[in-house]
Formats: sequence, structure tokens, C-alpha cells
Amino acid sequence: MTQSLEKETDTGVPAGDPTSQRSTLARRVRATATAYGFMGPAIVLVLLFFIVPGILLLVLSFTNLSSANFSDPWSYIGFDNFSRLFSDPFFPKILRNTAFYVFTTLIFFNLGLALVLALVTTNIPRRAGFFFRLVWLLPRLTPSVVYIMMWQRIGQADPFGIYNQIVPGFLGASGGNLFLGGSPWTFVILTNGFVGASFGMIIFTSALESIPKDLITAAKVDGASLWRIIRDIKLPLIKWPLLFIATYQTLSLLTSFEYILLLTEGGPGLFTTEVWALTAYKRAFSSYFGNSQWAFGATWAIVLVSVALVLAVGYVKLFKFNELIEEPRIENL
Amino acid sequence: MTTAEISPPTHPVAGLPKAREKMGRRFAYGFLILSIMPIVVGYSWIVVATLSFRTEGLLPRNAEGGIGGFTLSNWDFVTDGAIWNAMFNSLLIAVAMVFGVGIASTAGGYALSRMKFAGRKAFLSMTLVLHAFKAEMLLIAIFFVLRWLGDIPIIGNFVGFNSVGGVALVMIALELPLGIWLMKGFFDNLPWDMERAALIDGASRFRVWWQIMLPQVRPGLAALSLFTFIAGWNAYLVPFTFTIGTKVANMPVFLNQLISDTAPTNWNQVAAVGLFQMIPLLIFFIFTQELLLNIYAGGSKGS
Repeated sequence: MTQSLEKETDTGVPAGDPTSQRSTLARRVRATATAYGFMGPAIVLVLLFFIVPGILLLVLSFTNLSSANFSDPWSYIGFDNFSRLFSDPFFPKILRNTAFYVFTTLIFFNLGLALVLALVTTNIPRRAGFFFRLVWLLPRLTPSVVYIMMWQRIGQADPFGIYNQIVPGFLGASGGNLFLGGSPWTFVILTNGFVGASFGMIIFTSALESIPKDLITAAKVDGASLWRIIRDIKLPLIKWPLLFIATYQTLSLLTSFEYILLLTEGGPGLFTTEVWALTAYKRAFSSYFGNSQWAFGATWAIVLVSVALVLAVGYVKLFKFNELIEEPRIENL
Repeated sequence: MTTAEISPPTHPVAGLPKAREKMGRRFAYGFLILSIMPIVVGYSWIVVATLSFRTEGLLPRNAEGGIGGFTLSNWDFVTDGAIWNAMFNSLLIAVAMVFGVGIASTAGGYALSRMKFAGRKAFLSMTLVLHAFKAEMLLIAIFFVLRWLGDIPIIGNFVGFNSVGGVALVMIALELPLGIWLMKGFFDNLPWDMERAALIDGASRFRVWWQIMLPQVRPGLAALSLFTFIAGWNAYLVPFTFTIGTKVANMPVFLNQLISDTAPTNWNQVAAVGLFQMIPLLIFFIFTQELLLNIYAGGSKGS
């Protein structure tokens, strides 16, 4: 049925008649114009805030533009920024930090805890499961500034810190500030993980809930243990959501820095918790010795943007999202 | 299939013994309650702090150091003009985003779902990639785009660097790939008989979109609006990067200025401002629970 209708619309008029052919052309032009009319706002915004900035970032990375020489025309300095980036004394440290941050948060929270939460909340009565998932959504809903403020109060030094009050002198807590002292990484990963876990949790929950009940019942009847049901039935059936979250969240973590900026600003000390994305941002916007190094920040950014773009294209291919781009069925009438 | 690997029955059909099941359930609740402790503690602190003179850990303290010190003085800021200015800016950004993202995505989503035109495939694949890609790294370059926009006569005053309009415009653009994909999906799911009949009867595409299609995607549009409103209301990084000073600050930026500028920080007042800022979110949280969980499954961009 679909096919016959498509055909009908494709050749709306009998072929061979010159006048109707001309009107088909006119009609086509008009249809395209209408389509672009609808697309107008979206195209303008995407051009202004994605395409132009993308190109600009690349151009900037070959100049020496900074607030110190803003009035000068942008001068081309070749690959100087790139060689400066890779020979930066803190480059290895930032690279290590980024890898550590992305993988630890991903494994323990965005993937690991998300999966555990989904499994546990789907194994208790529905209402209780829903309640716990809802509470877990709160961090994502809370404004980042307020959310980080809560964590700062948890990790604050004596006598204000909540952790230090509840667990005094225990687990390495010395009463000092935790996020700017004893364990900054723990706090960076906790703050990001408590937001990150909920996304996977929701996706996994709906995947787990769509597993046919009789599969589980059959396994139970056969005497399978809870662990075997999870390992041999549930996990294989949610393989694709797992892969989806793993790639999507890798990408998110790699390019996000808002919570770290608010919590530690990359500190304490030199580059302790500074990740790649934060370095790019800080080089460009917070002034080192009163100088915002836009071009150098752009160089850090363009490297990360390239990595992220490759990952994004790969992930679109992996999940065959291209199949969503099918032809529309009534294109011109 | 995997079920085949499962070993033959080793004990009666009854399944897990009741006692073990009870233990397991207790363990599950124990784990879940433990897992939400930081969230519960964080929110408890905010509530306690807003109503007390000062706090040590979760305990309210009065001036003498004893437990107590209940006060409403932390809420004095509501009589201050600065907070209302920040709130107005926040509201402006959020509402502009609801309209901007709503219009651009319903129009764009409709065209992508129903029309064939040159560049459709390219645009679709591009938004798909952009959706997966976090745009925060582009802020450095967007800074220059905003400065240029600011140089345009007249319009520049509303959308340039250091203006609420500029911030709103950037935020709209950043949410757009998600919005377009969501709306395209909703349009794809609509039957097209009614639309087709209207087109044959000579209605224009615009009329069909406005009068026939939009009413049908209302639930989807409502979900998208809620999502963008929250994103706009909470926005910190973009306003923080592209505004200077207090006049154009929105609530999160205003709050952060309170934390970093005044030394020593009055944490109890800051907590009150934070809670004040969360009032609309808590209302959404209480009344649209199911919808919220669904929206964030529909493709949120979070870390």
C-alpha cells in the first residue's frame, strides 16, 4: 500500500505532457522553498552556533589571538600552538587525569551503578522502585551551582563539613577539607557520577522491563539462581542499551567540565583534577596573568572536538541511526 | 538461546525459599537507601541551613554554639532587588528557550519528517552527530560569534555578548539538535491521512502544520517544553561565560557570585537563595514525576 502511494506522489502528473512538466518543475521549486522556510530558524541557528564556531575554532588554533593583542589583526603562526600544547609540562598529567576521570566515572557510576540500580529497582515492588529512581533523578534536576554547593558542604572542613561530623577521624578523614584537600578525585567522581548514573539507570530500567516475563519465570522454574538469571538472560538481552550508554557517556564525560569547574576549578594545587576540556576552557576564559589566551584555548578545544566528532560519527554508525533517515512519504503535493 | 544453558531443576518449583527472598529484599532496600544518602543529606542540609543562624554539619547552631538558632533572616534577600532581577533574567532565558526551541524544532522536525528537499539527508545526519556531541567545547568560538552579533546595529544590543538575549540564543541553539530529533520522531509517528486530505483540498503547508499537525504533537511538545525550561532555568556555564556583572546575571550565576565574591560566605543565606531557585523545579518534581523520568530517557544530554 505504501509503495503504490509513493509512486502516485512521485509522478503526480502523467509524463510526456510539456506544460505539466514545466508546472512540475515550478511546483518542485516551490516545495523546496517551503521546506527551507520551515527549516529556516533551525538552519540559521545551527550555522551560527555550530558550523561557524567549528570552523572558527580551527582557524583560531593557527593564530596567536589573545586579549593581549586583541586589537591586532589575527596573525597566522602555523602549528606553534600545537607544538606548545604537546610540549606543555602538564600535558601528560592532563591526559592521565582525563583518562582516569572518564573511565572511573563511567565504570563505577554511569555504567556500573546505573546497571545495579536498574537491576535492584526492577526487583522490588514497582512503587518502591519508582520512588528510588525518582530520588536518583534529583541531582540531574538540581541546578549545578546548588548541587555542587551541597557536595561542598558535605566535604567541608570541621566544624562545618557533614562527612567530618558524621564520620570523625575515620576512613582517612582528618577533619580537613576533603574536596580541596584529602580526596579531591573522590569528590570529582562522586559529583559527576551521581548525576551521570541516572541516565543509564532510566534507559536500563525500561530495557529490563521490556524483557518478556515468561523467560524469567521459565528460568526460575528450572531452578536458576538470581545471579544466573541476571548473567545469562537479562544482561545479554540489554546488550545494546549497555553499549549505547557506554559510548554516549564516554562522549559526554570527555567534553564536560562544568561540575569540576564549580567544585575544584582543577585544583587543589596545580592541575590536580584538571581534565582536557577544563584546560581548554580555562586557557581561553580565565586570565593567566591578565591574559586570555583564546587561540591557545581553541587549540586544546579543537583537538578534543576532533576526537569527540570521530567518536560521535562512530557511534551513530554503530547504532545504525542512519536507518532513521528514511525518505518522507508525502514530499510534494 | 541463553535459556538452554540453564541447568536442569535442582530443587522444587517453589523457587527461592521465602526466608532467602526476604533477606534479599532487605539487602536491596539497604543498598538503595545507602545509595541515596548523599542526595538526602545534601537536601536536608539546604533545608536546615535556610532556617538557621549557622550550621555545623547537619546541626543548626545558635550564636552561643548550642543547638538551635532558628531564624528567617536568611530569607531577607527576597526584599532585595538584585534577586528579582536575576530571577527575571532566569525566567527570560527559560521562556525564550521554550519558545525558541519549540518553534524551531516543530517547524524543522515537521519539514524533516514530511518533506523531501535537497540537503535533507545531510542536515539530518548532522543533527544526529551534533546530538551526540557536547557543544561546550565550542564556547570559545561562540564567544566571537556573539561579539560579532553585538556589533550589528540595533539588534546587537539584544543578542550580543553580555546580554540576556545572546545567552538565550546560544542556549536555544545548543538544545536544538535534541529538540529537532524529538519532534521529528513525534511527527513520524502520526498518520498522514488527515494531512494529505487537507493538502489535496488546497491548504498551504503552513496551515496544515499549524492547524492539523501541531495539535496532534501537543504531548511531545509539552515534554520538550518542560525539558528546555528546566535546562534554561538551571543554565550556568553559558551565562557565566558570556555575561559580566550582576545586571545580566541569571539565578545560578547570581548564586555563584554570592559564594565566591563575599568573603566570608554566608552559607545559610546562600542556601536560602539556592532553595528559592529550586522552587519551580521542586513543583515540577512533585507533579510531573512520570513525565520527568520519561523525558530524561528520551535523550538527555547529561554527563
